[in-house]
Amino acid sequence: MTNFASMANGGCMALTRLPRLDVDRFRAAVLAEVKAGARLSAFFACPDGADALLLVAVLARDDRGVLDVTTCSVRDEYPALTPDCPQAQGFEREIAELWGIRPLGHPWLKPLRFQPRRCVSDRAGNPLKEQPAIGLAPFFSMDGVEIHEVAVGPVHAGIIEPGHFRFQCHGETVYHLETAFGYQHRGVERALVGGPDARTIHYMETLSGDTTIGHATTYSRICEAISRTRVPARGQALRGVAQELERLANHVGDLGALAGDVGFLPTAAYCGRIRGDLLNLTAILCGNRFGRGLVKPGGCGWDITASGVDELLRRLEQARRDAESAVELLFESPTARARFDNTGTLTAETCRELGLVGVAARACGEERDVRKDFPYGIFQFVQLPVCTWRSGDVFGRAYVRWLEIQQSVTFVREQLTALPEGEVCSAPATGTLVPGQLAVALVEGWRGELCHVAITDAAGRFACYKLVDPSFHNWFGLASAMRNQQISDFPICNKSFNLSYCGHDL
Amino acid sequence: MWSILKARWCQGYRTAPYPSRPPALPDRFRGRPELAAGLPDTAFVPAAAVCPTGAFTAAPGLSPSLDLGRCLFCGACAAACPAGVSFTAEHRLAARRTEDLRLIPDRAPSRAVPMEDALRRLFGRSLRLRQVCAGGCGACEADSNVLGTPTYDMGRFGIQFVASPRHADGLYVTGPVTENMRLALRKTYDAMANPKVVIAVGACAIGGGPYRDHPEVHNGAASVIPVDLLIPGCPPHPYTILDGLLRFLGRIP
Repeated sequence: MTNFASMANGGCMALTRLPRLDVDRFRAAVLAEVKAGARLSAFFACPDGADALLLVAVLARDDRGVLDVTTCSVRDEYPALTPDCPQAQGFEREIAELWGIRPLGHPWLKPLRFQPRRCVSDRAGNPLKEQPAIGLAPFFSMDGVEIHEVAVGPVHAGIIEPGHFRFQCHGETVYHLETAFGYQHRGVERALVGGPDARTIHYMETLSGDTTIGHATTYSRICEAISRTRVPARGQALRGVAQELERLANHVGDLGALAGDVGFLPTAAYCGRIRGDLLNLTAILCGNRFGRGLVKPGGCGWDITASGVDELLRRLEQARRDAESAVELLFESPTARARFDNTGTLTAETCRELGLVGVAARACGEERDVRKDFPYGIFQFVQLPVCTWRSGDVFGRAYVRWLEIQQSVTFVREQLTALPEGEVCSAPATGTLVPGQLAVALVEGWRGELCHVAITDAAGRFACYKLVDPSFHNWFGLASAMRNQQISDFPICNKSFNLSYCGHDL
Repeated sequence: MWSILKARWCQGYRTAPYPSRPPALPDRFRGRPELAAGLPDTAFVPAAAVCPTGAFTAAPGLSPSLDLGRCLFCGACAAACPAGVSFTAEHRLAARRTEDLRLIPDRAPSRAVPMEDALRRLFGRSLRLRQVCAGGCGACEADSNVLGTPTYDMGRFGIQFVASPRHADGLYVTGPVTENMRLALRKTYDAMANPKVVIAVGACAIGGGPYRDHPEVHNGAASVIPVDLLIPGCPPHPYTILDGLLRFLGRIP
């Protein structure tokens, strides 16, 4: 038996064909694969018969463009991967919290989301034994003369989602930042079991509201994989356009927010507005600024008219011109550059160890982009250059965004001027889901890799649906970037990652 | 310096002429739905069957109704029952009471009425809001943030988001109120000086939205604190929010 089943992005495989290793071999195989350069895209547990759990690991081989999947069955405990594979730390905390099994040797087995007590039970249906309430669990702390702690959140000072940050400081210097989340936990994965149903697409669209197109596309690709549905070319192109419009709006907004945090108000004001202008482009497509209802299993919910294309192109060009003038101001400003350069620096090595994705990884010089490494949809036919920078600091993350803005504008313009003819959605939208399958889909959302894994039961319903937002990987990157930084630089470090709280908390 | 001035010149004046002129909304915008009059009750049953949140109720012998507070504006009901349900471009959706959000055939919907005179004297020209996200997905938050940009420029009406509940006149809640945020929301409310108002923004904060009846959430702000203004949508368009706030303050008739 081989250690892994190799799947393509958007692939689907019968559960019976997946390798089932014993736990030691599973651990050794995953660790060897990670050492060879694979990333842990997803690692989760689902019930395996009455009294066991199936651990499923999905490893992304960026170099080969394949997803290696393997499983093993465990009962009450197993030797944790985290001591030898830091990228597993969040996944194993999640597994322990949800299922009450212990990854032995995990250095920090604190709940990740603090499930309300009424929402978790062991496999026999009994409430799990006492877990600490949210906000009351111990934090990693430091001792010494003049060491102090700074606690921030869950309610922050702006219009931001809730989360808690705990800094261990000496003077102004941060030695450690621990993030504590769960405040946004709405129980999405639990509610997805037994689906799809009328609410499923709405869960996807609101998993992280600024990534509506990204998560809706990933989910749709899962359904299409399991039901063997082909999306028409025009639908694929429109999905690509919508996804890059989402990237444009958020990247422009982030550059404005970074400018605002260093008090550079011209760019902050212009980019805030241009972000709104770009959201309005998505509303031309589907009536909603975030793309609600645009992407659905089988294709797109809306087609675009010829006059819509003209209007989109005209307003895109206006937004591009405005963004160029606003962003150039920011990068030309010596005071803004002084705050961005060498602030919150991550090395490429840390980035690889933590399995960071998206802009944060590319700003460390890693050429990591699902659109290039695991091409899907329209990106199988159109190659976007991967934008990287080597500095790994706030400037790098800002500058990669600006480079990607320019690439996305070009992509959207080219796609809209050469849209394939035909339908935007297959009919019927999707067939029925095939029972007993495992499907994996990756999409490059504007923050980074979105990974969905679904397992269908004997009736073709979701027995398990695992969601991994890029924020899940990257929050630890922010914490690492804050080491030995001034605490006053936290806002720009945070904005330079701009991670989702609800995408993490689910 | 010159490049900053040049950019300022190129960016131009972008504040929309609102509320003196109606807002520019996209052609495909889904605003307030309308239920057609004169159809039998049974005609609406397919619409209720596809509603993801139970906002639409219809059954033989029961007159149909649509709860805007729960509505995600997904349009599934209109697709299932095109003769009975249509979405208009009407963006003015805010209401003071949940019962005012219930749409039925043949009844003109009521809009939000201004706050009481005593409050209006205090807040009518200056309202400071503390926003709390209690499980929101970031979309309501983004469309609230955007009100501070030059396009909407909410500050010209004297409305502003502030950092501390101690500085706030009103609490502006988004999200379904997760169990894990319940205490923080309550504490933020308690930290505000009297008199104070509470505004629930978006389907989640009004009734739980897509997360309604999950054991992890509390079906909206009203389960924890008294709510004075409800602004429907998923998320509400920024103009829907602005319209609701201005009506609440008695700034537009």
